[in-house]
Parts: sequence; C-alpha cells; structure tokens
Amino acid sequence: MMAEISSLRTAIETYLHDGDTIALEGFTHLIPFAAGHEVIRQRRKDLTLIRMTPDVIYDQLIGAGCARKLLFSWGGNPGVGSLHRLRDAVENGWPGPLELEEYSHAGLANGYVAGAEGLPMAILRGYVGSDLLKHNPMIRFVQCPYTGENLATVPSMKPDLAVIHAQKADRKGNVLLWGILGVQKEAVLSAKRSIVTVEEIVDDLKAWPNACVLPSWALSAVCCVPGGAQPSYAHGYYERDNKFYRAWDGISRTREGFEAWIKRHILDTEDFSSFQKAFREPAVGGVR
Amino acid sequence: MAASEYSTSEMMTVEAARRLKNGAVCFVGIGLPSTAANLARLTHAPDAVLIYESGPIGSKPRVLPLSIGDGELAETADSVVPTPEIFRYYLQGGRIHVGFIGAAQIDRFANVNTTVIGDYARPTTRLPGAGGAPEIAGSAGEVLIVMRQSVRAFVERLDFITSVGHLNGNGARARLGLPGRGPVAVVTDLSIMEPDKSSNELTVTHLHPGVSQEQVREMTGWPIRFAENVQETSPPSDLELVALRDLERRTAVAHGENVGVGA
Repeated sequence: MMAEISSLRTAIETYLHDGDTIALEGFTHLIPFAAGHEVIRQRRKDLTLIRMTPDVIYDQLIGAGCARKLLFSWGGNPGVGSLHRLRDAVENGWPGPLELEEYSHAGLANGYVAGAEGLPMAILRGYVGSDLLKHNPMIRFVQCPYTGENLATVPSMKPDLAVIHAQKADRKGNVLLWGILGVQKEAVLSAKRSIVTVEEIVDDLKAWPNACVLPSWALSAVCCVPGGAQPSYAHGYYERDNKFYRAWDGISRTREGFEAWIKRHILDTEDFSSFQKAFREPAVGGVR
Repeated sequence: MAASEYSTSEMMTVEAARRLKNGAVCFVGIGLPSTAANLARLTHAPDAVLIYESGPIGSKPRVLPLSIGDGELAETADSVVPTPEIFRYYLQGGRIHVGFIGAAQIDRFANVNTTVIGDYARPTTRLPGAGGAPEIAGSAGEVLIVMRQSVRAFVERLDFITSVGHLNGNGARARLGLPGRGPVAVVTDLSIMEPDKSSNELTVTHLHPGVSQEQVREMTGWPIRFAENVQETSPPSDLELVALRDLERRTAVAHGENVGVGA
C-alpha cells in the first residue's frame, strides 16, 4: 500500500481522531509546525502527546486545549526559556489538567526504537539515582538473564499517529530527509499511521545509498507543505526563525495574548499558506 | 574592555574550557557547557570531539548554537547520526570520556535538579526536565558541571534529583554500580569545587582572582567546605579572552541578539 499524496487537511481529518496518541517529532530541525496547526484548526481533543522536546509546537497544542497527557523528556523554548502554556497547564491546570509521563532523552529515544522494532519495551542503562523513578511508575528494572545486571526498562512508544516534516518526496510518496534526524525515522516506524509533510515533491529523490529514505509503503500520507517546518528550519531550504522563538515568549506569557495569536493565525486561517500570509502581516500592536 | 580585564562570567567559561583535555570525546550540553567546550576546541584542545545529543559527532561550529539542533552543528560535524545512536552506541556504549553539563540547582554531592522547584505534582516552578543529563551523568567517563553560583542554585536540599552526582556521598555512587565516575569538578563564576576523595562532598579548591571565601560562603546554600590549600585560579590569558570574545561576537552577528542564552 503506497502512501496517499493528499492535502494536509485531508490527512489530519483521515488519520487523527480525538483521544489518539500522537508523536510530532523533529529535534529542533524539521519540526512539523504546519501539521500541528492543522490539529488545532480541526480542534482535536483529549490527545496524548509524545515528543522528546515539546517546544513551541506542543506549547501551542497544549494551550489550545488539544492535549490531556504529555510524554516527554525536555520541555522548554530552546535558546529562550520556559514554555508558558506548558507551565500554566502543569502549575495551574489551564486550559485543563495535563497528565505528565516524564522520561529522559535516552528513555524516550529507546522507547521509539522498541516501538519500531515491535517489542513491548526497551532496555537501557539509565535512571539509576534519578527521582524520575519515583514519579514515573512506567520506568522499571529487569535483571539481565546472562550477566545479572540490573537494567532500566521503558515501555515502547506506540503512537496511533506519527507526524514528521522532511525535505523531499517523490511522486510515489517515498520520503528523503537529511541533516539532524532526531528520532523521526523511529517515530514513523513505531506508529500505526504516519503523515509526512515535505518541502517539495520531485520526480527523482536522487538519494545516495544509506540516505535516510522512508519508503512510501511504510507511510499513510505525504503532503506537500512548503515552509511547513517554520519557524523551525529545513536544512537546505530555510533557516530557523530565532526571532519568532523569542517573540513566542511574549505572545504565550498571558492566556489572552496566546488566545489572540491562535485565533488570528490558526483558527481564523484556512490552511498553512493563509497562516503564512497572516504571519507576514503585522497584527495591531505590531506583534505578528 | 581591555583583554586583561575580564568579567566573572568570562573567568568561569575560560576555566571550564581548560578542564576539557585535547583529544577528549565530550558530550556537550547547550548553553554554558557548549560555550566552554567550543572555547577549548579553539584554544588548547583542537582535537576535542564535540558530540551533541541531537546527533552531530565531531562538530566544529563557527558560531555557538542557539539550540541543541542548530544546522551549524550538522554542517560542521564529521558525521550526523540519529539521536538513538548517540545515546545507545556512543554514550551507553562507553565511548564518551566527558559529559559537560549545566544545571538549575546542585547540592553538596553534585546531584543536580533540572526538573521542578517545589512538589513534583504541584510545582512552584516547572523546569524543562531531564533531557540527556541522567544518562550522561551515569555513563560518561566523568562529568564536568558549569553553572553560576547563587544560594538559589547551590542548595542544602534538592526538591528533585534529576541526574545523580555522588548521591549521599561516602562512596554511595560507587555502590550504585554506575559506569562513570560522576562529577569531577564544578566550575562557577566564583570558584572551582571538586568532590572530596572520601566524603565526595564538594570542596572549594580554587577561588577566582579577587574572590574571597566569604563571598563563596554567601553564595552557597550549605556550609561550604574549603580545601586546606585553596589556590587562586589563573586569570584568563589574552589568548583565551580574545578567542572567547571573537566566538561570542561571531555568534552575536549570526543570531542577531540575546547571545549565550542556554536551552
């Protein structure tokens, strides 16, 4: 079964349901912002969110009321500071309570690998001495049957839907990505369904041997969304919009400021290209 | 500022950089550790190998990364591998000599907190969380910590141990059976602390030029111990200062503003 090449709206309508567990991955690079916006636009609810680094993209989803639970290992605005919407949810329960299941990077990365492998759990040498053990009962230990060593385990990550952004797809829906890869490949292969947004669709990927290519038949949908990782970056296409990450600190600091931004840029826009238009036009008061 | 004058922050970064040996394979945290590790690479340690958790191995960034996954890290790396390989093959596989990390809070046994201030379920301040640190702290051959000194950061009791240092001291870490030796030095803007060989308690071994024991006591949330012969840290050389300022200037130009804010 080849991936469908479809619009992002159709892909989210088809493959994401209220109550699903979803993983939007991208380690600073290739963060699928357009897809995150579409989730908010379609007002999905009660989602369990998985992401190693829930940065601005999950701050938006959490503030917009899409999430009931978060599995993560580092939640901040990289290079800037706190995520105010995440903190408001954790510290004050706004816009609703947010359950946390907290890991380390090694734990979540291994959890995705195990999910992709079809195994129920991952084994790692980790967490010893950390209070994460006291607050996340899903981190457990197992004794190695060969050496007797006590090793940590985490459950495998098995999202209903994984979403990533990549540089290119071909017309069959094979996807090529390069640069910092994070856990994108593992997230896609751990998920029941997957959507990949890409910068462009080309006749020939011209992929070198050993390139990171996700085969079309392992994906559910491929959507051409140029700029779909902005304000993060797409290696070879555009740079990270560091100014926006700094601006987000102010936009998201108050509930009112956040809601106004989400309304103007996401709820009141049709799709990602109309978001980009709204984003370029300064709003009243000059904050875009 | 003339090269011979320097800030306490520059002293901290320069001294942290000196602690990284040439040829060392270093797992680098973003922010202060990344600044120090790159300064080391640009001065006495050109063959230090910088590994970032997002995947770059052997990065030689021309400007400091603003985030842990900046494109600059990938473009200047010997190789970029998926994040699981960094943690599974390189860190857990025992190939990292030095883990270089920062922290929001630290205690006398160099355990660190980057998770919460207050109760976990109802925190007064929710911090970003663990990131790569718990396994870096466990599996890197040794750990260097760089952070500014204050009573809010150097606390009597941590609300949360995110990453283990020497636990309760007196060999407690060794009894946990962790592969790495744990923290070997904490470099601050006032002093250098090293764990005592038997108690493992952080002990001030060096004061930076012009800093008194009294100042260090005031900026530490527990009764800090001093070594019998506290040394004075060598001030930054002109070479070190020029290299650091050039790096920060290039970074400022590349990123626009707000240079050196850690993630």
